[in-house]
Amino acid sequence: MTVKKSMKDPLNVIIAGVGGQGNIVISSLIGAALVKKGYFVVVGETYGASQRGGAVVSHVRISKETQYGPLIPDGCADIILGMEPAETLRALGQFGNPNVLTIVNPRPIYPLSVLSGEGEYPDISNLVETIKELSDKTWVINATEEAQKLGNPMFANVLLIGALIALGMLPLDKKSLEPVLEERFPKAFEANMGAFKRGAELAGQIR
Amino acid sequence: MSSIEIDAPGESVLLMGNEAIARGALEGGIGFAASYPGTPASEIMDSLAPIAKKIGIYAEWSVNEMVALEAAAGASMGGIRAIASMKQDGVNVVADFLSNIAQIGIGRGGLVLVTGDDPGALSSGREKDMRTIAKWYDIPMLEPANIQEAKDMTKYLFELSEELGLLCMLRGVTRICHGRGNVKLGELPKMERKAYFDDAHDTRDPKPTRYVPFPPALRYAELEKKFKKARELVESSPFNWYEGPDRADLVIITSGGGYLYAKEAVKVLKMEDRVGILKVGTVWPIPEKLVEKHLNKAQKVLAIEEVSPFLEERAMELAGNLPPTAPHPIFYGRRSGHINTWGELNPDAAIQALSRIMGLTYQPRDIEYDKKVEASKSYVPKRPVTLCPGCPHRASLWAMKKALKLDGRNGFVTGDIGCYFTGFNASGFFQIRTGHCMGGGIGVANGLGKLGQFGFNQPVLAACGDSTFFHAAIPGLINGAWNQSNFVFVVLDNSATAMTGFQPHPGSGMNAMGEPTKVVSMEALCRSLGLRVKICDPFDLENATATLLKMINDKDGGVRVVIMRRECELIRARREKPPYKVYIDPDKCIGEACGCNRFCNMAFNCQALTWDKKADRAKIDDVICAGCGLCANICPQGAIIREAA
Repeated sequence: MTVKKSMKDPLNVIIAGVGGQGNIVISSLIGAALVKKGYFVVVGETYGASQRGGAVVSHVRISKETQYGPLIPDGCADIILGMEPAETLRALGQFGNPNVLTIVNPRPIYPLSVLSGEGEYPDISNLVETIKELSDKTWVINATEEAQKLGNPMFANVLLIGALIALGMLPLDKKSLEPVLEERFPKAFEANMGAFKRGAELAGQIR
Repeated sequence: MSSIEIDAPGESVLLMGNEAIARGALEGGIGFAASYPGTPASEIMDSLAPIAKKIGIYAEWSVNEMVALEAAAGASMGGIRAIASMKQDGVNVVADFLSNIAQIGIGRGGLVLVTGDDPGALSSGREKDMRTIAKWYDIPMLEPANIQEAKDMTKYLFELSEELGLLCMLRGVTRICHGRGNVKLGELPKMERKAYFDDAHDTRDPKPTRYVPFPPALRYAELEKKFKKARELVESSPFNWYEGPDRADLVIITSGGGYLYAKEAVKVLKMEDRVGILKVGTVWPIPEKLVEKHLNKAQKVLAIEEVSPFLEERAMELAGNLPPTAPHPIFYGRRSGHINTWGELNPDAAIQALSRIMGLTYQPRDIEYDKKVEASKSYVPKRPVTLCPGCPHRASLWAMKKALKLDGRNGFVTGDIGCYFTGFNASGFFQIRTGHCMGGGIGVANGLGKLGQFGFNQPVLAACGDSTFFHAAIPGLINGAWNQSNFVFVVLDNSATAMTGFQPHPGSGMNAMGEPTKVVSMEALCRSLGLRVKICDPFDLENATATLLKMINDKDGGVRVVIMRRECELIRARREKPPYKVYIDPDKCIGEACGCNRFCNMAFNCQALTWDKKADRAKIDDVICAGCGLCANICPQGAIIREAA
């Protein structure tokens, strides 16, 4: 299952999505789990105006040795977790490199510029192909679609954490995420655990 | 349990910078906290208020930042340690009171003001550097370089404030306030202080006129004395240090998030043997002797800091003091153009500046990859900020646009700060034409509405939100009523301070700690000024448009008030399921043949109204559709169907 045997230090993870998709939930959950395991973690994120349908990018930097700065330098991401395909490509453009590992949810959210006719949204299969060209390895996870099957598209974020962890990209396992999910979602723990497991299953299928 | 109240000294937890500041305030023994929401500082109060009652402190969202700081100062005069927190713009709002209390000094309780500066203006109208206000008013200020320091410095500031008898400030920047990182918790003290006001009993300053700026010259002399002590204390502060070779070719002087970027730049460029870092945590006053010592040794100095060349210029001033025989360093930074004069710092800015000065080239990835990226750029559409699906402001701005068109005199909207500010772009049909600060919209309308004698006849709609109404619009409203200005004041009332996370305000019927309070009625307040007031639901587009038009055309002139009231969709959605299932009837929608020019999709600008090119039909994105059903009103074919869900 493991993608990399020893962890690069610092391990730089970009989570890219659109305001409202809940990507800050991803960065804070994996961050909390990593701190519990004794890692230095720093998360940089932008929101505020971006809450309103703009692009949201979280930077997660993980180290055994020291606390890094809250932003990943250009071209230096190790993992890109894309919650929306155009945003995944935008993140690759800035932070990607030939060794980057990418997980992408191919479900688009159309930006205002596309609605108002100012720009065009690319064909999804071309978009995914381009993402693959810019990544060392790419996993396409239909997170929104699968989350809808589980009853709520908002589960896409926790589902993607399941995939990320099942693929062995982070020094975390299912056990280390459980208590964090329970803390964060005391009322909806089971449902979130279900999404987490579904994400892990899907990652297994792709391999 | 919220992680900021964990009573486990020594434990390491992941905290957001703002939570770390809140925790530092608790470790510093606060009894009182006051704030007004504003990005990036809101979560300080967001994390204190829910636990305040349980842990026995008082916490409030104040009506605005000025009252927040004044209230916190009152607590200090009662002997209780107090914190006021706000975004950079809030510090401008409190500037008058701040300049006075900075000079007069505090009460027995330590008093700390936190500013959330927003480099790059990610969630603001402009960049501001509040280190300059600390210098202007002689306020001791610290700036944390990571999340741990955000907590530790906040705690320490209460001791410092009491030791000096001065208000002290903490400067957080967005990447610290909204960043998350490891924080090792300290002890939560048991502070038992009895509150009483007594301005004569104080060993530091035994004058009965302690809280009155009289005589001003004498008070200034006293401030100088206290500030001199601050200058001495910072020389041995553990928040300042130098790391690197004893004799470096280049010394980076840095504060805040800049420190970690500087460290990364040195590491990435493998310059550890040649470059030293002077990290300054006490940004005002700066540790002059420490800085001078390193200026004396360095040939080159690079300043890496957020927003303005503050340390850079202070260091230049100190270099002017160096003896003529000393080697005078060359300065690099924002002034020299090695760091952009605008915009947020990032590691690349630090790496590029350092490599340029040291004559190195830095290429983070190979050129072939860059070429591929360049070729892929056309696939990445722009993603401007927009109003959320189901947002009542979209309906209000639509009604305003329609009413102004029907009136036909080229009327326009003066705006303000809040979610509706995005009405300046396509999401609000370009209706918001001016935008400066909280309360600015009604202020400028006061002036425009008095230009009739110069031939002005365009209708003016001044728009503000409900929280802004209480925060800053009331003086403008009273001024308009008093001076008989001519405009329509539109309150976009979505029942919350929505932009910053749905905090309550005086109209909410609830305070920060969740206790029920008396509702301050904005309509009653407006009516008490003798103004005509109409209230409408923006989702009833027809009535809302007619109401606005009637008020615009009111022959009596003066200030007329329209309150457009509907709860924020994000709050509604937390409580209940969507009211409607909305879909397109593919038989009624006739695609491009309609001649509507994709009216729902291209004119209404709700993210859920997409277009299926292959089918040549409108399409609702069911993942993001909020089910508000508003769009069913706008399709000329009646093809958008809403069914009660």
